[in-house]
This record gives sequence, C-alpha cells and structure tokens, in this order.
Amino acid sequence: MTNQRAILAVADLSVDLGGRSILRDVSFDLHPGQLCALIGENGAGKTTLLRTLLGLISQRTGTVMIDGEAPRKHRALVGYVPQKITFDPDLPLRTRDLVRLGLDGHRLGLPLWNTRTHAAVDAALQAVGAEDFADRRVGELSGGQQQRAVIAHALVRKPRLLILDEPLANLDFGSANALVDLLGKLIAQQQMTVLVTAHDMNPLIPVMDRLVYLVDGRAATGKVAEVVQPEVLSKLYGYPVSVLRHGGRILVLPDAPENADVANLNRCAGH
Amino acid sequence: MWAFLSSQPVQTALIVGTCAALVSALIGVFTVLRGNAFAGHALADVSSAGGAASFLLGISPLLGFLGMAWIAAFGMEFLGVRKARERDLATGVVLGAGLGLSALFLYLDVTTTSTTGATVSVMFGSLFAISRGLIWPAILAVLAVFALVGGFYRPLILTAVDPDLATLRGVSPRWMGLLQLLVLGLAVAVCALAIGAVLATALLIGPAGAAIRLSRRPLQAIVWAMLMALAAVWMGIWMAYESYYWFSGNAWPVSFFVVALIFLFYLLAMLGSAQQRKFRYRAATALPGIQES
Ligand SMILES: Nc1ncnc2c1ncn2[C@@H]1O[C@H](COP(=O)(O)OP(=O)(O)OP(=O)(O)O)[C@@H](O)[C@H]1O
Ligand SMILES: [Mg+2]
Repeated sequence: MTNQRAILAVADLSVDLGGRSILRDVSFDLHPGQLCALIGENGAGKTTLLRTLLGLISQRTGTVMIDGEAPRKHRALVGYVPQKITFDPDLPLRTRDLVRLGLDGHRLGLPLWNTRTHAAVDAALQAVGAEDFADRRVGELSGGQQQRAVIAHALVRKPRLLILDEPLANLDFGSANALVDLLGKLIAQQQMTVLVTAHDMNPLIPVMDRLVYLVDGRAATGKVAEVVQPEVLSKLYGYPVSVLRHGGRILVLPDAPENADVANLNRCAGH
Repeated sequence: MWAFLSSQPVQTALIVGTCAALVSALIGVFTVLRGNAFAGHALADVSSAGGAASFLLGISPLLGFLGMAWIAAFGMEFLGVRKARERDLATGVVLGAGLGLSALFLYLDVTTTSTTGATVSVMFGSLFAISRGLIWPAILAVLAVFALVGGFYRPLILTAVDPDLATLRGVSPRWMGLLQLLVLGLAVAVCALAIGAVLATALLIGPAGAAIRLSRRPLQAIVWAMLMALAAVWMGIWMAYESYYWFSGNAWPVSFFVVALIFLFYLLAMLGSAQQRKFRYRAATALPGIQES
C-alpha cells in the first residue's frame, strides 16, 4: 500500500481565518481504498481543513496534493458533501436534477436528454437509496434525505476521493449504520478513498483505517490504535485524558483531579 | 379585432411587449432563484436615470436604460456583495443614488427640452408611443439574453443551488454573478422601455415568483413564467386598447393593465400551489384502504 502514490498528501498545513490561526502544522497522507476519519469537537477546525483541501480556502503555509498535483487541477477526482446546504422549499429542482448537476453542471448549453446521463443519475440515486424521492423537490425533503441527495450529487461522477463533512450528524442510528455500510461498499467495490469528519468516532470504528484527531487546530494522525492512546491524546489536549474501551466502543475523557474524585465518591455514598 | 391588430402603434406595442415578457420571465426565474429580487428591482429603478438622460442626450431610450442598468450592476458588484445583508445595503445605496440622478435628469428634461411626457413614459412606460425604430434593437437584446442564458444554463442553475458545489465543478460563482447582472441589465432595459422603469420589477419578479411555486423543474418554471408574462402583456395591451370605448374616450394606460394582470396571476398561483401542497400532503398521509368521509 505504501508503494502506491498517495491520493491525498497534506504536509505542514497551517491556515488562518480572520486573523486567527485555525490550523497548525497538520500533516497526513491518504492512500487509495482507505477510509480516514477526521475527528474533533465543535470548532476544532474540521470544516476548515476540508475546505482547504478542496481549494476553497487558501493556506498560510504547507502543501496539499491530490494525486500528486494542486487541488484545482483535480476537481473531477473529488466529490464533496458539505456539512449543511439549505435548500429553499420553493426551489424548483427535483432530487434527480440535483444529482444530474453533479455530472454536467459545468457544461455549456441546455441539458438534453440522453441515455448515458440517465443511467449514471439512476445508478447514483440507487447507490444512496434515493429512488423513492428522486422526483420530489429537494427543498421539501427531510434533512437526512437531502443529505443522501447531496451524496448522490457527489458520487455521480465516480470520484476517486469522496469527502464528507459530518455526514452522520443528522442521522438516526439506523440511517447512520446504513451510511457507514455504503461507504464501506464504495471502498470495496470502486477502490474509492473516503475522508469523513465526525465529532464521535464510534460509528466509524468498523470501517476506518486511519484517523486524524484534531484538537484546537492541531492534529495527531495515524492508525486508530496508534492515535487513541492516553499519552498521545493528553499531549494533544494539553491536559491528562483517559481512553476507555468498552464493547468495541471508545470514550476519551479528561481525567478528574484525584482528590476531587474521592470527595465526590464520598458525597455520593452519603457520607 | 382586425382594427386592433392593424393599428401600427398596437403592432409595435405587441412586438416590444412580447420581447419584454420573454426576457423578463427567463432572467426573472434566475433572479428569484438566487434571492436577488431586490437587486433586480433596484436595477430597474436606477435605469430610469438612463432613460431620463437619453432625452437630454438625444440617444435611444433603450441605450439609456441599458447603460444606466449596467453602471448600477457594476456598482453593486464592486461595493461588496459577499454576505446577503451587505448585498442588500450596497443595493440600497446604489438605488438611492440612481433615483436621485433620475430626479435631476427628469427635471432637466421638463425644463430644458420641454418633453412633458418624459416623466410618465420613463417611470411608467407608454407602450403605444414607442417608435418603430426600437423594434429591432429590442429583438436583438432578446436574442442576446437567450443566447447567454441558454449557453450558461447549467452553470447558472448550479450556482443558484450552491456556490461551493459550483466552484467544485469548476464554475466560478463570481463570474456567474456578473454574467447574471449583465443579462439582467439587458432584460431590465427592454422591460423599462415597455412598461416603465418603476413597473419593470412587476414583469421581472411577478411571473417568475408565481411560476417557481408551480414547478418542480427549472425549465418548467421558465416556461410557466413566459406563458404568464405573455398572457399579461397581450391581454394588457388589448384591454388598454378597448378601454378607450369602456371609459368613453379616456383610455387607461397599458402598464396598469399589465401589472394588474400579473398581480392577479400571482395570487392565483399562490392559491393553486397551496391547494397542490394540501393535496400532496393528504395523499402522503392517507392510509391505504381508509377512505376519507
Ligand atoms: N470565516 C471565518 N473567519 C474567522 N474564523 C472562522 C471562520 N470560519 C471558521 N472560523 C473559526 O475556525 C474555527 C474552526 O471552525 P470549523 O468550522 O473548521 O470547525 P469544525 O471543526 O468544523 O466545527 P463543527 O464540528 O462545529 O462543524 C472556529 O473557531 C471558527 O470560529
Ligand atoms: Mg464543521
């Protein structure tokens, strides 16, 4: 795997927004067929990092390479599902039309009917299970359905790198599992590479190969077992944290000061 | 009917009115989709300064309207349009300045060139008094609008849906925004010529706003908007012509009838789409096998 060229290579990336330093020295590589989770709390800089990778924000220092070249050259290789898009309920656009724009939205001339386009759109709709609402306006769908519509929009061009920002945040338990399964399937069947952000890593544990753990703009990266270690994370947070593992789930908790711990226990016990 | 159609002012009015209806419906849909209705309204109002200036300069009013609309479009673009609120502010500032100029030029029109009808025809239009020489320029403007919007149809829609998704497809939202303002300027000029700068908004926003509520696809919305705009303009011209007989020799202005009809269509579309939604909701919630009594 390491002899293959990285589809995404990020080196020493630092980003400022509005005069504030948001990301500091973030580095990681992503190889074809991997799923990388970008984990961090609200405001850690996940969205900023993704938007920088896509070339929507420019960095202060550092480099981003997509398949060995600058992101702008490789737009066709990348599919992006933003954290939130608000569709006006009155927008006269069916789910099917939104998906089609992912395929040929940059082309000149009127969208004429052709079989190949239809087949690609139908396949993308089917991949995310959106056939049921393919002919309804996007604006009148539920949040989770809109998200699937946008995923289909990103998938329809068969990107090699799929970037999703908080795709699990809006979903109930069952839908989240279905989405994780879908990502696993895309990787297995199409050798797609997936980069997905989340504030909770647990739903992604079964499928993720790599982890970028962001705290306040700094990142620890590597395999899950390497990163999710008390020493590594304590250094990243700047204060001691514990890692609890239970039934295949992982919980990262700040350590309580020891004396307070005892005092609380005593109070709970009624002393 | 024959007398109506064979009158030369009526023929000119029908041709220029048709041009105005087609372009305003087409670009109106994009304007409403992008939430740019206020900018559209402002461009139309500001173009009145150009219309007023054209009397002073002795140039074609179409050029006057167009020049001023384009100047205003660039002004709004350069004054900063990043956030919706800033955009409204920039638009408001340009609108104020433009109407001030318009007041000055109209005053000069009346005092120096003694064109007494200038104010009414610039602001509220006089479709029956348009010179025949303006027919071809109006048709050219329509062709330009159709070519540009047809050419950039998909990028324009994608930008209206979400600028980030557009950027990632290699479409520049900034260029699309500029293109849309330029085309809007052309449409506004034709509309202002037909029904006046102040009323042009009605033709631009009314049919498009109504059509969007009735449609599920962009192209469908455009066709609906065109049908409504054409119906309003044609019926308006006919009613204004006939009103000469209704009110014993005092014909009412075409612009009034056109705008009144657009308002009526808009109301009907609102009612229609509310009804449609209620129906869809019932269909979606009705349980199979249970009849509503
Ligand atoms: N345009 C901007 N100008 C200045 N600061 C910004 C800008 N956009 C984001 N920030 C700041 O950058 C930091 C990181 O924001 P970002 O949106 O990347 O966080 P996130 O990890 O995606 O959070 P969430 O989980 O809430 O989506 C935040 O502190 C935010 O206030
Ligand atoms: Mg975010």
